[in-house]
Amino acid sequence: MRHGVFVLLLGALVAALLLGLAVGPYPLGFADVLHAAARAVGVDNGAPTPGEIVFGRVRLPRVAAGMLVGAALAGAGTTYQTLFRNPLVSPDILGVATGAGLGAVAGILLSLPVAGIQGLAFLGGLATVGLVYVIAAALRGHDRTLVLVLGGVVVGALAGACISLVKILADPYDQLPAITFWLLGSLASVKLADLATVAPLVLAGLVPLVLFRWRIGVLSLGDDEARSLGVDVFRLRALVIGAATLMTASVVAVSGVIGWVGLMIPHIARMLVGPNFSRLLPASMLLGASFMLIVDMAARSIARVETPLGILTAVLGAPFFLWLLARGRRTWG
Amino acid sequence: MIGRHALVLMIMGLLSTAAAGREAGDATGRRIQVPDRVERVMAAGPTAAVALYVLAPDLMVGWPSAPRLNEREFIRPGARDLPELGRLTGRGDTANVEVVLKARPDLIFDFGSVTPTFASLAARVQEQTGIPYLLIDGHLDHTAASLRELGRVLGVSARAEAVARYVEDTERLIDERLKDVPARRRVYLAREPNGLETGLAGSINTEIIERAGGINVAERGSGRGGIANVSIEQVLAWAPDTIITWDANFFASYAADPVWGAVPAVKAKRVFLAPRLPFGWIDAPPSINRVIGLRWIAGLLYPEKFPEDIRAIAREFITLFYQIDVSDSQLDRILAGAQPGGPGR
Repeated sequence: MRHGVFVLLLGALVAALLLGLAVGPYPLGFADVLHAAARAVGVDNGAPTPGEIVFGRVRLPRVAAGMLVGAALAGAGTTYQTLFRNPLVSPDILGVATGAGLGAVAGILLSLPVAGIQGLAFLGGLATVGLVYVIAAALRGHDRTLVLVLGGVVVGALAGACISLVKILADPYDQLPAITFWLLGSLASVKLADLATVAPLVLAGLVPLVLFRWRIGVLSLGDDEARSLGVDVFRLRALVIGAATLMTASVVAVSGVIGWVGLMIPHIARMLVGPNFSRLLPASMLLGASFMLIVDMAARSIARVETPLGILTAVLGAPFFLWLLARGRRTWG
Repeated sequence: MIGRHALVLMIMGLLSTAAAGREAGDATGRRIQVPDRVERVMAAGPTAAVALYVLAPDLMVGWPSAPRLNEREFIRPGARDLPELGRLTGRGDTANVEVVLKARPDLIFDFGSVTPTFASLAARVQEQTGIPYLLIDGHLDHTAASLRELGRVLGVSARAEAVARYVEDTERLIDERLKDVPARRRVYLAREPNGLETGLAGSINTEIIERAGGINVAERGSGRGGIANVSIEQVLAWAPDTIITWDANFFASYAADPVWGAVPAVKAKRVFLAPRLPFGWIDAPPSINRVIGLRWIAGLLYPEKFPEDIRAIAREFITLFYQIDVSDSQLDRILAGAQPGGPGR
C-alpha cells in the first residue's frame, strides 16, 4: 500500500476543510452556501445576504489561507530539515520569520496600510535570508552548513533586537498591541486579494522543490556524497534555500509569525512516510494544511475573540516535541 | 486591596528622604513628604503627563514621549518644546534614572491604576532617587476628586477646581440625559488599519464608550477586559449599529470593502473617526483628555438627547483644558470624520 497513507492524508484534509468551512462565530445555513455557489457560477439573486458574505468572502478565504499557510510552512520546514540534515531545524533557521516580523512591525510603526505592512514583512523575510546567505558565502573555508546556521542565528538575533527597539518606539496604546498580535500570527483578516498575491509566490517556491526533489534527497546524504553523485551542491543549495524562503516569507506576510508548524509537522510526516524527500514533501504539506485548518478553526471558536495562532501551535507543539524526545526513537535517516 | 473609595494618594513612607515640607496622606493612612512649593514636576507616564499639562504646564520638566509633529501646534509654546524623558510607569520603562535626576524634579507622580505592583515600583524609584513619588488614582470615576487632590499637591487648587467642575458637570449632564434612553446603542471600537483589533467591554480602552451610554459589543468573557483581535465574522455576528475607530487608515478604507459593508453600522453610515489631537478622545492615553470624548460619544449615540453642536463644546474644552485657542481650520482638522455627515468621509 504505497499510496495508502496519501489517500488517508487527503481524506483528513477534506474532512478538516469541511469542518473549517462549517465552524465559526457567525452561524451559517446551507442556503448561504447555495447562494454563494449560485453567484459564483453567474446566477444573480439580488443583494448578497450577510451569511453569503461571511461564507464567500470571510470563511472561504480564511480556510484557503489556512491550507496555504500550513502547507507552505510544513513544506519549507521539511526542505530545511532535509537540507541541513537536522531534525531540529525550523523554517526560521535562517531568520526568515524574524526578518518578516521586523518588516511588519516597522510597517505598523510607520502607520502603513495593511498592504504596506504585508509588503514590508515579505521583503524583510527575503532580505534577512539574503543577508545570511551573503555572510555565509563570504566566510569561505568553513563548514558551509555550520556557517549558514550561525549566520542565521546572528542575523536573527539582530533582527530580534530591532523588533524590541521598534516596540520601545511604538505608541503603547495603539501600535504596541498590534505588534504583539502580529508576532503571534492570525488569519482573521485574510482576504481573497491577499491569497491571489501569495498563492503564486508559494507556487513559485514549490516548483523547484518538486522538480529537483531527487537531488534534494541526495543532498541529505551529505555534501561529498552528493557531489560524487554529480550534484552541483553549491547551486542546488542556493536554489533550495531561495525556494523555501520564498514560500515562508510570502505566507508569513499575511499570517504573521506562526511557530512550531514547520518543525513539528515534518516530524509527523516522517513517521508516516519515512525520510525520502519525494514522499516526505507532499505528505508534510498535506498534513500541514490539515493541521492549520484545525488550529485556525480553534482560534476563531474557542472564545468570542481570536486566539493568536502562535499560542495555539506552541501549546500543541511543545508537549508533542517533548513526547518526541522522550520516545527517543531515531526516525531520522 | 487598597482602598478605592476616596481618592488614593499612596505614600511610600520614606521619611528620611524628603526635605522639610508638607505631608500628604490618603485613605490608606500612609504619608509622604512633599515640598511646600512644588516647582519642577515629572509625569511618570502619558496619563500623568496630560493631567499635569492641563493643571500646571509651567511646572512640567518634560514629557514621557515628546509631542509629535502634528500634535505640536495644539500644545502651548512653552510646553511643546520640553524634552522627552521616557516612561517610569513600571511596565516597558524607557526612562533612565540618571536622566530623571538630571531633570531635577522635586516631585514625580503617576496617574493610573493603584495596584500593589505600581505602589512598590513607585517606592523603589523614590528610594533610589530620593524624589517623592505619588500615585494618584486615575480611574474614570475618580477623575474630579483626583484632580482636586493633585491641584492641592501642585499648589494650583483654583485651576484644578475649574477643571474638576467641568468634569463633574459633564458627568452629571450625561447621567441626567441618559436616564430615559429607550434603547442603548451597540458600539464596536475598531483599531488598526484592518479594524479587527478592539477593546473588550470593561477595558480601560473602551470605558469611555460605556460611560457615554453605549453597549460595547465585544463583551468580555471572564476576568478583566483588554485588547483583543476579532474576526470580521464575529463583528458581523455582533451587528453593531455604531463603529468608532481612531485609525485613519481604516476610516479611509472600510467603505470600499464589501464585507464591512454588510455590518449594520456601515450600512447606516455610522462609522466615526475619534479625534486624536493633541490627545485622544477615547483613549491614547486614558487620562482626563477623555472627558470631551464622553460628551462626543453621547452626542453620536443619542443626538436627540444631546442636540448641542460638538464644535462649540470642543472649542470650550480645548480652551479650558489645553489653554490654547484653535482656529476654525484647526478645529476642522481635529474633528475630521467625527461628525455625522461631516468632513472627512
